[in-house]
Amino acid sequence: MALPKVCGIETEYGIVVRGADNNPVSASSLLINAYLAETARERKPVGWDFEDEQPTNDARGFSLDDSMAPEVETTLVNAVLTNGARFYVDHAHPEISIPEVRTAREAVVWDRGADEIVRRAMVAANSMLGDGAEVVIHKNNSDGKGNSYGCHENYLVSRAQPFGRLARQITSHFVTRQIFAGAGKVGCEQPGRPHDDISFQISQRADFFEEEIGLETTLKRPLVNTRDEPHADPQKYRRLHVIVGDANMSEMATYLKVGTTSIVLSMIEDDALGDDWVLGQPVPAIRQVSHDPSLTQTIQLADGSRATALEVQWGLLERARKYEQSHGLESIDEAVGADVLSEWEAVLTGLESNPDSVADRVDWVAKRRLVDGFAERHDVAPGAAKLKAIDLQYHDMRPDRCLALRAGLRTMVSDAESLSAMTHPPTTTRAYFRGRCLEKFPSDIVAANWDSMVFDIGRDPLRRVPMMEPLRGTADHVATLIDESTTARELLDRLGAD
Amino acid sequence: MAERQQKSKPASERESETVDEAAPPVTESGEKLKAELDDLLDEIDEVLETNAEDFVKSYVQKGGQ
Repeated sequence: MALPKVCGIETEYGIVVRGADNNPVSASSLLINAYLAETARERKPVGWDFEDEQPTNDARGFSLDDSMAPEVETTLVNAVLTNGARFYVDHAHPEISIPEVRTAREAVVWDRGADEIVRRAMVAANSMLGDGAEVVIHKNNSDGKGNSYGCHENYLVSRAQPFGRLARQITSHFVTRQIFAGAGKVGCEQPGRPHDDISFQISQRADFFEEEIGLETTLKRPLVNTRDEPHADPQKYRRLHVIVGDANMSEMATYLKVGTTSIVLSMIEDDALGDDWVLGQPVPAIRQVSHDPSLTQTIQLADGSRATALEVQWGLLERARKYEQSHGLESIDEAVGADVLSEWEAVLTGLESNPDSVADRVDWVAKRRLVDGFAERHDVAPGAAKLKAIDLQYHDMRPDRCLALRAGLRTMVSDAESLSAMTHPPTTTRAYFRGRCLEKFPSDIVAANWDSMVFDIGRDPLRRVPMMEPLRGTADHVATLIDESTTARELLDRLGAD
Repeated sequence: MAERQQKSKPASERESETVDEAAPPVTESGEKLKAELDDLLDEIDEVLETNAEDFVKSYVQKGGQ
């Protein structure tokens, strides 16, 4: 049976400073430090522990010394929050990696929590800047000038399944899921093509993919990223690092993106998908699909036949229905899995019959409606700067400027839930242990990362608590223990005695 | 070829199933959608950056992951 699809989302936000020095690295540091200062008050921020970071390991079983492996920048601001998330400066962007969650619905809750953290951080940073200066954050993936930054997903998959099969079979979903998960973009950023060649496309990211498979994330981006850094027991697990997606403003789009991908990955893990929908030329195909909001163009399949992105998605959904019958959806969570299947079918039906009917849940459709409506009302030509401004402002994280908040998108997470997710961890994964310990014993924790925490409880040496099992350290396992322990020393003693 | 037919078959079946149900409400909800869009566009006129073109021009990011 497929492993539980423990998952997470990491978002690199766009950042600009208006009215003061616009250095993205120092602005990102200011943003994060301002948030930490406001929320942690006298509590000392807990730093990230880089002990187990190995971003240069390749899932295909070798290490590429000459490839453009990502470098870990250890000197920049890097904090762990009480909700189990990581808030840090990556390259020249503020980034939040949400805590590990068990379901697509939880991913939406903590992604919304991350958005609220960023909003609070903007306010905190602005109070530290001079009059007239302002930090502005965007949850998007491109500046419209050929520079892209990612919104990555991570999924727990079995080490035992052949990685080649996983990479071959997941690609068709990565290429076609954008029809409901794409965030929309005014213009074209495909290298070598004029910006105004395309007035509107489905995805923010599709223009930036150049390889089918590889280790890089910043250059020659591959559809399937092979970074082999499980942040868990490497004998049993892989973490599939997904870099093809757009950051979504729509909660339903995030839900569908993570939910459908979890299901397709489970099918592949149980060898229940097969090769029928494998694509012939996935790299050109991801752009073809993105550049065709009419959803009528076909892409080539490996067997030489052709299908539209919608047909590929209908095919994957049909397999998923069969998989639900034959295997169940425990790996996704039965209730969430059944709901994802029904929302998946609803969104495909809507896209097929009348795309505007899904403007309440699909970002690119919602955005296109604003862009087209504005162009018609003001008689603006395609590609005009005002339309690009609408595109950009759709993703603006300032509530008084954000167009996505005004676009009539359906919500599935209450305000109370997303505010709670700013400071409280999910109860269903090891993030619970991390978050609760940080909240209760901050002065005893020296460092933390995904798969361990280091405590200083006054004894030599420091005590490292390994967390190699993503589903150990949940509320069921440790809530009582943490509640009853008055000191970190007591907690560790009781953990050791278990 | 048999494979290909099998692949495209579900889509056409669904189309014939959905057309009847979807057709009548489209006008009604279409009008509602249009009214909503008008309100939305009024709001966009208000919140869109006054110097939108400069904002777009100056929005340059360093590439990330």
